[in-house]
Amino acid sequence: MSARNSTLARGSSRSIASALKIDRAMLLRFGITVVSILGGLLIWQILSLNISPFFLPSPAQTAAGLVELWQDGTLGASIVASSARIAAGWLLGVIVGVPLGIFMGYFRWVRQLFDPYIEFFRFIPPIAFVTLAVIWLGPGEISKIALIFYTTVFIVTLNTIAGAQAVPELRLRAAAALGAGPLTTLRTVIVPSTVPYMVTGARIAMGNSFLTIVSAEIVAAQEGLGALIWNARNYSRTEWVFGGIIVLGIVGFLFDRLLRFGARKFLKRYDVTV
Amino acid sequence: MIAGGEIALEHVTVQLQGQTIVSDIDLIIAGGEFVCLLGPSGCGKSTLLNVIGGFLQTSGRVTVGGRPVTGPGPDRGVVFQSAEALFPWLTVRENVEYGARVRGVAKAERIETAMHYLRLVGLAHVAGKFPSQLSGGMRQRAQIARVLANAPSVILMDEPFGALDAQTREVLQREVHRIWKATGATILFITHDISEAMILADRIVTMTAGPNARLKTIAKVDLPHPRDLTEPAAIALQRMLRDEIAHEVGRTLLAREEVAA
Repeated sequence: MSARNSTLARGSSRSIASALKIDRAMLLRFGITVVSILGGLLIWQILSLNISPFFLPSPAQTAAGLVELWQDGTLGASIVASSARIAAGWLLGVIVGVPLGIFMGYFRWVRQLFDPYIEFFRFIPPIAFVTLAVIWLGPGEISKIALIFYTTVFIVTLNTIAGAQAVPELRLRAAAALGAGPLTTLRTVIVPSTVPYMVTGARIAMGNSFLTIVSAEIVAAQEGLGALIWNARNYSRTEWVFGGIIVLGIVGFLFDRLLRFGARKFLKRYDVTV
Repeated sequence: MIAGGEIALEHVTVQLQGQTIVSDIDLIIAGGEFVCLLGPSGCGKSTLLNVIGGFLQTSGRVTVGGRPVTGPGPDRGVVFQSAEALFPWLTVRENVEYGARVRGVAKAERIETAMHYLRLVGLAHVAGKFPSQLSGGMRQRAQIARVLANAPSVILMDEPFGALDAQTREVLQREVHRIWKATGATILFITHDISEAMILADRIVTMTAGPNARLKTIAKVDLPHPRDLTEPAAIALQRMLRDEIAHEVGRTLLAREEVAA
């Protein structure tokens, strides 16, 4: 009896130790991240000591600039405006790109129908269309959303095509032998098999949306992080440029985290590893 | 359960990329019969199964239950060698429900059917798990349950236990025999394992080495179940089959050496 008790005690103390070990590993990783960020700030600070703030404002000056922009409402409005455009354009791009990619991947004739355009426009960056977008769609929201949509739809479509074509032949045969016709196979085998590719496409497209939003807002926007960065030039406020860039990076990071969290939570069974 | 359908092959020839894989095959498998197709790797066993499954085009005539085969269909269930054939995003139960779902059977009814077949293959306790959480042997049981739930008149098994360890294989062979007795389906079972064929089959069909493979011998296994492979009659048959296959393997190796030289 006592021997058993001591075994139990040892077992539980070992499990506590292993739990602590996991925590220690996590702390270590977290610590490295913190050290990396603090180190970067330190280098920035040291460099800025000997350089004119017009060329390189210090971290403190940048922070003060951000506080200023926050207090007069510019920063909040810019974040909301840019985020809304990205969310709208990106979502539209995913909604159109996923079915397009599925049909192009599964039906040869659909692929051949759209292929010349996909193969041509994929090499034309959205910035090339900024002027046209403004001429055609006006300087308002639509032109910016259209540009984000443009950048998203290609990436999502191309990734989804790749996924639809990579479905193992064996799965298709299994479905057919269980009585599934072509359209049922499309819905019940091709689409679920392709989900990881769709998520990858959507994630890359999210990154590209942030690249696109800056060019779109620089050309024609009153509000937005791109406009904020560009307009700072008029006031010779380099620290606002720095602040805008930092906020853009943080917003992008948060969007990506949100996307990964959502994919992991809701698409887990489709073997999405992001 | 539907009684086993007859499989009839007449002058079946399959060409893939200009090469004749199997040539002029004639074979009739009676309804409810258990036939093992035995032969070395690359002799076209799977090709023949794929023809009956409707996955490959052929010249010649293939009928199952009197109806010509024009494509895959739920009257012919297929158990594949690789568990990749299971849908990884569906639970084991949802996999087994798949055929019924495609036919539009009501949810309650198809769950009941799925659970019935999962119990039959001893997987009821993992019905809610995903295929990736199962062992290799359990995955093959899940494939078998999924096929059985569709009540096919013919079951085609393409080396279903080829990737399993010897112990698991033995257990599953007994299961397949029991399921065959319980359902009365016609089974065509492909294997390169002589003992496996000896344990399961009513008749064992061997093939010549490919390409251009033909049927070589058809041996009736007239031994009572459960089979004792140490019996003199069993040993004699086993020896005969081993010689047949060894001869074909030897020919394949010779042909390869000639190509190499």
